[in-house]
This record gives sequence, C-alpha cells and structure tokens, in this order.
Amino acid sequence: MSDANSLVQLSAARMGEMLRAKEISSRELVDAHLDVIESAEPSVQAFLKISADVAREQADAFDALSDEDKAALPELAGVPIAIKDMIVTKGIETTAASRILEGWVPPYDATVIERLKAAHMPLLGKTNLDEFAQGSSTEHSAFHNTNNPWDLDRVPGGSGGGSAAAVAAFEAPLALGTDTGGSIRQPGALTGTVGVKPTYGGVSRYGAIAMASSLDQIGPVSRTVLDSALLQEVIGGNDRRDSTSIPEPVRPVAAAAREGLKGDLKGLKVGLIKELQGEGFQPGVQARFDESVALLKEMGAEVVEVSLPHLEYALGAYYIIMPSEVSSNLARYDGMRYGLRVMPPEDVPQTAANMMAYTREAGFGEEVKRRIILGTYALSAGYYDAWYGSAQKVRTLIIEDFKRAFEQVDVLVSPTSPTTAFRFGEKTEDPMSMYLNDIATIPANLAGVPAMSIPAGLSDDGLPVGFQFIAPQQRDEVMYKPAAALETALEQRWQGPIWQDMKTPWLDGLNK
Amino acid sequence: MPTFTREEIMHLGNLARIALTEREIDSISGELNVIADSINKVQQVAGEDVPPTANPVPLEAYLRPDTPETPLTQEQALAGAPVKENGMFVAPRILGEE
Repeated sequence: MSDANSLVQLSAARMGEMLRAKEISSRELVDAHLDVIESAEPSVQAFLKISADVAREQADAFDALSDEDKAALPELAGVPIAIKDMIVTKGIETTAASRILEGWVPPYDATVIERLKAAHMPLLGKTNLDEFAQGSSTEHSAFHNTNNPWDLDRVPGGSGGGSAAAVAAFEAPLALGTDTGGSIRQPGALTGTVGVKPTYGGVSRYGAIAMASSLDQIGPVSRTVLDSALLQEVIGGNDRRDSTSIPEPVRPVAAAAREGLKGDLKGLKVGLIKELQGEGFQPGVQARFDESVALLKEMGAEVVEVSLPHLEYALGAYYIIMPSEVSSNLARYDGMRYGLRVMPPEDVPQTAANMMAYTREAGFGEEVKRRIILGTYALSAGYYDAWYGSAQKVRTLIIEDFKRAFEQVDVLVSPTSPTTAFRFGEKTEDPMSMYLNDIATIPANLAGVPAMSIPAGLSDDGLPVGFQFIAPQQRDEVMYKPAAALETALEQRWQGPIWQDMKTPWLDGLNK
Repeated sequence: MPTFTREEIMHLGNLARIALTEREIDSISGELNVIADSINKVQQVAGEDVPPTANPVPLEAYLRPDTPETPLTQEQALAGAPVKENGMFVAPRILGEE
C-alpha cells in the first residue's frame, strides 16, 4: 500500500493494526509522514526540527523484528510520533523554542522518550511552542510562528501549537505535549484535535524542561480519543527518576476508551461547571458545547450543574504560582554549562554575574522576562506571604471545590477555551487578554486532576471548538469513557471525523 | 499606588540577573501593574485557617534501593559548554576587581 494521502489520515490505532497484519511497514508509514511534512511545512510550520534519519532508522529496526518480538510490544509499536521541543531527546537538538538553548543537543533522553523508543515508535521531529511553553498562541516562539491548519492566518493555540498543528495537518498521527495551564488542551481545541493532561504525577516529568514544576505534566496529542489512551499507556506509570511520579501502574485508559465507543453512558453522572460557561464564552463555542451536553444525555448520562465557587480566583493564583516557579526553574540558564553565553560590552566589568545578566537579556524573549520578573517579585522577602502564600491557599480551596464536586458527579465538563482560534497579533500586545484564554484549563493544573479536550464541532466562524472533560485525581479512565462516547456520537452526526471539513492543499498531489 | 515602579523593576531585573533595557523596564512595569490588579484578589479568600498546597498530589517520601548507575561521561557533560578547557567549564571572573 503506497497511497500516502489516505495512509496518513488513518487513526494511530488503525496504523498499528495494519502493521501487525503486515499490510504496511513502519518504514512506509514514516516515509508517508515525511512526505506530508515536506509538503505541509512551508504553510503550517509546525516543526522546529525534523529528524528524518532517526525516524527511518527506528522504523527499519522495528520492521526487522521477529513476529514474536513485535507481538510483545504495545499496540502503537512502529507508529511514528512528533515531540514538543520542551522534552529532551538524546542526540536531537532541543531548544524549548528559546535562543538561550539554540543548538543544544541533549546528552540524555527524557523518560517518556525512552518509553517511546522501547515501544519502537519512530521520532519524526521536534515541534514548535511558545518559548519555554509560556504562551497561548505559539507566537512567543523565538524562531517562527506556527499556522493553524484550519486557517493559516490564525494561531494554533499554545504553548503546544506545533504538536497540535502537526497532528491536525496529518504531519504526524500522534504527538507529545506538556500542559502547565492548558498547553495541550487549548491547542487541541483550536485545531480540532484531542489533547490530554493526565493526573499530575501520572506521567514522568524527567527530561521535560521544567517550567512550573508543581503544575507541569506531559500528555498525548492525537486525532482520536482511543489513540490518546493508547499513547498514555505507553508513556505513563511510575518512574523512580521523578520524585513526584505516583508509585502506581498506569490507569486502564484504553479499555475505558473502548468501552466508551459503545455509546452507552447509563449510570454516569456529569457535572456542568457553572462558573465556566455563558458570559465570556463565544456564542458559537457555547452552542457546540450545549449540543454535546445534549448528546451525553441522549446516551444515558445524568447531567447536573455544579458550582466550584473558588474558580474565580484560579487565574490569579495561577499567575502567581506559575511565574514564581518559572523564575526559580529558569535560574539554571546562566551561560556556564550549556546554551548561550553573551559577554558584557567592553565598558562593563567582565564578571560572571554580568555575563549572566547579558546572556539572559539576549537569550530570553519578552514574555519569559515578564514572568521571571513577576515571579522574582512574588517570591521576594516582604511579599512572599501576601502573594505566593495566598496563592497556595487558593490552591487548597480549589482542590476542595473539586473534591466536593466529585462527591456529586463522576466527571465534570466545560468548553476547553472561551474562543475559537484568533488571528496573529490579536492578543500579543495585551498579556492579560492572552492569559484569559486559559481560564477553563488552569483549574485542572492547580488541582492536579486529569483533563482532556476533544473536538465538539465547528463554530459559526467555521473554526473548531473544544469540549473539556475533567476527572478525579488518579482516575484518568473516568474521563476517557464519556470522551470516546461523545466522539462516536458526534462523528455519527457529522458522518465522518471533524477534519473532513478542513482544506488540506498540502495533501493534494502527494501521490503523483 | 502602582505595585511596580521603574525602580522596582530595575531592582527585580538585578535580582533575576537580567540586564533589562530602558524600553523593557518601561513596558514591563506597565504590563505588570495591569496583571497585579487582576491577581491581587487572591488575598481576599486566603484566610489564616486555610492551609497552603505545594504539591496537588501529595506523596509520602520513600527510599529506593541504592543501586550504582553509570552517569554521563565527562565528555558528554561538557558537550554543551559555551567555553571549556582541559575537561572543565570555563567561567568568567567571579571575585572582585583586579
């Protein structure tokens, strides 16, 4: 089979089946995606680095395995994947989309990369992001913008805009992202893809470049719910190199997704988050959300409204805790051991301290500097209790809100993002308007609970809308079942996947 | 009174070791004052009786077996160094004036 065009549109699970049935080889899959990348990148620009040689070598190694060895591997074995450039890859340049790390080739692999390699999943390359994952549009990348495949004049969301755009544009069937305040889910919503933030500690953070350590979580990006579940099972589970990693095996998320595909939600209690709907949400977003809620009811779910009264303080708490942790984590970029070094001008003493100050001035972009300064303030003597201390207390109140909500319902739902994809430059001049993009995604990071976004259709502006499910801590499977059920019900209604309405000129002419 | 004056931003830039430009000092103080107004309200609900949360999924600390592993080689550890010499990182002058 050599029809690259239809091959790349398959789900990752289906690609895995065809590999096991020997209808295709991993090498053919990798080559097909590299062809799409070559054709799509001039317009989409999802990647910072394409690791074609590495991917081909890994594919050939999988293809050379015995049937017995292949049978012992996960279902996604041999299926290629793209990696957000916030995750370190041994021998492949890793930059976090920052000038300060430009050219850095890590001497080690993140735990999730080791697990992908053990599963024989070829690495296609590193995807674009807002610098150090700080932003909601990927416009803060030091290198270039990424364009939304649905409308190239609009942002793909952020910070993981590259991973979401690559999967939406069929440049990769799967990707990894990192989610600190919505950086997997919000780009998922804006590009019509699936994005999952697992329970905090459910996936190892070893080798994820640290942004805000008490909020960061690696997770899957895909086009279907089952594909994300299968990927979470490959990367999840305990890792002794991450002291916040939960010492338990990965949750049974793939089984839950398969159960959901049957479309029966009888007995499931769903909570609509009162504070995350209506005012502030674009009417087209709210309309698609309401229709999806109706579908959940049709499948037998009981839907009630639930209030989480402290959510109005979530954004404030987040914008204190996150920059505080950023200012601490990014102190390591000091021009000494790796990355950029800029010496001071001649009239300034040539000391180590001045070298650091000029290196960090030259190497960090404006959003990163803004957050480091804010975090330095929040952590400094005299302000710590009022700012950081208060934010940590709000975090407790939000966790208690979630606990009370989950005494009443099994799973919570809201729109993922208040708007559909916006135009380039629309929000870069006003940081606060950019921050409001994450109003619905931030609470899950503060509470450490798992959450995911799936496509809920197109708004009246023709752009994708995301539907968010939130489950209790360490119960990730609870959200996968209704997510898979809703996906099936919506696709029956649309008579196909959401992307059948997306124009993909980069796929035309691929098979000539 | 705004939280962030120019002097405050210069002081914070110094603490954070970032040689901010004049233009950046102006823009950051303006932007941070807008941000401060909207995040200050966390203090309204942070009562004395509310305990703080540092880790949303608290785990008990535990020990693991002390098994030796091979660390990075000296060559690997130095591979990304901006300046190196004789197997060591080279740093600019750290102490006092000459």
